[in-house]
Amino acid sequence: MSNQQENRYELNKQLAQMLKGGVIMDVTTPEQAKIAETAGACAVMALERIPADIRAAGGVSRMSDPKMIKGIQEAVSIPVMAKCRIGHFVEAQILEAIEIDYIDESEVLSPADDKYHIDKTRFQVPFVCGARDLGEALRRIAEGASMIRTKGEPGTGDVVQAVRHMRTMNAEIRRIQNLRGDELFEAAKQLEVPIDLLRYVHENGKLPVVNFAAGGVATPADAALMMQLGAEGVFVGSGIFKSGNPEKRAAAIVQAVTNYTDAKLIAALSEDLGEAMVGINEQEIALIMEERGK
Amino acid sequence: MTIAVLALQGAFLEHERALKKLGVDFFEIRQAADLTTPFDGLILPGGESTVMGKLLHELHLYVPLKKKIQAGLPVFGTCAGLILLAGEVIGGSMHFGTMDISVRRNAYGRQLNSFYTEAPFEGIGTVPMTFIRAPYIASVSGDTRILARADGHIVAAMQKNQIVTAFHPELNEDLRIHQYFLDSIRVPATVSSSYLS
Repeated sequence: MSNQQENRYELNKQLAQMLKGGVIMDVTTPEQAKIAETAGACAVMALERIPADIRAAGGVSRMSDPKMIKGIQEAVSIPVMAKCRIGHFVEAQILEAIEIDYIDESEVLSPADDKYHIDKTRFQVPFVCGARDLGEALRRIAEGASMIRTKGEPGTGDVVQAVRHMRTMNAEIRRIQNLRGDELFEAAKQLEVPIDLLRYVHENGKLPVVNFAAGGVATPADAALMMQLGAEGVFVGSGIFKSGNPEKRAAAIVQAVTNYTDAKLIAALSEDLGEAMVGINEQEIALIMEERGK
Repeated sequence: MTIAVLALQGAFLEHERALKKLGVDFFEIRQAADLTTPFDGLILPGGESTVMGKLLHELHLYVPLKKKIQAGLPVFGTCAGLILLAGEVIGGSMHFGTMDISVRRNAYGRQLNSFYTEAPFEGIGTVPMTFIRAPYIASVSGDTRILARADGHIVAAMQKNQIVTAFHPELNEDLRIHQYFLDSIRVPATVSSSYLS
């Protein structure tokens, strides 16, 4: 990497640092984006259909219409993210051209490439990618991701996969921390990751980038659970605008992420939120999105 | 000396890391109950000012903290923290509004325009400056003193007990601006003259 590229990558990792302790909300219209900003979202994810509707509609799911994304960029002052398909570097080029603040190379959309992810080092704008374990996370970082999130299972309202992914990743990080230095080479081979990134994990006990929770978060309790499990912030997709009272639920989740260990406060926040999104159980899912992009 | 760090959202851990390196005691403010611990200075970190502004009210921190700042509590705001203190916010809403500065939010544009530079800071010398979707200070008034300019804009200022930067000293290894803030608490009357000499 040239100096300028390295500098840009640092700045992109640093934007993720500013998002920590916050909630990033999926929105499909400028109106929803404003509701999210007012409720305390630290960023919004602009997309045409939230994951629950993508599941319901079926078919191929692609990057959103740039016009719709621009409408959301104009509606709010907080950072705006948008999704492109795994491996679809032209969709990513388009999102960079409209000056998106963060690109999510996302398994929620239909993958455009079943083998290769985007070479994210070739972009100026930052990328966030999903991961189920340490190997996936470090491979995405090697490709240039400057932020990681758990995959979870989007659009289900079921937090079980996000919990599994966060626990798996953190257990693997603890294991790497406890290895002897000379054992890291073999671990890098097994995980299929670059040795320098694994060394960082060994020495620091964390990923070299910010790590958020995503997938199936539907309640303030879900969000606090992910924070107590070690997430640095939370993405909420379908959970807000598929619920009975989006404004109230969104604001409650924001507060629960700030005070994630205060059970009394979270109890109060959980009162009278109206109907939560219906949700689909793990066993009932027809389409497993987490399998996309390893 | 004990420093409180507002830990509602954003990069508060980075400030805590700097304080740890400087050997200063600190604790986090996440709700009103945390205010019962006495403290000598307050750090308002980077993050999203809209989020922090909203949570300050919802968590009943706004009124007590504003009173403390107005009563002279030393406070150091970076980026979003600067916006929280500004008396006028162009492109956003006012929060504490305790400082006589006018600030332009997202002044440089989107993430593509985030940048790193180095520029002189009054009394310290050249310091690293990381701007992330940053604001700048459009103008100062009253007895506000300009501490740094970069790229033709005011990016750091001080007024009595309040120090603000549009950039993020907490993201670099350089601890001199945090030290500057701590020195201003230890010797409030002499900091400006000693640093100027």
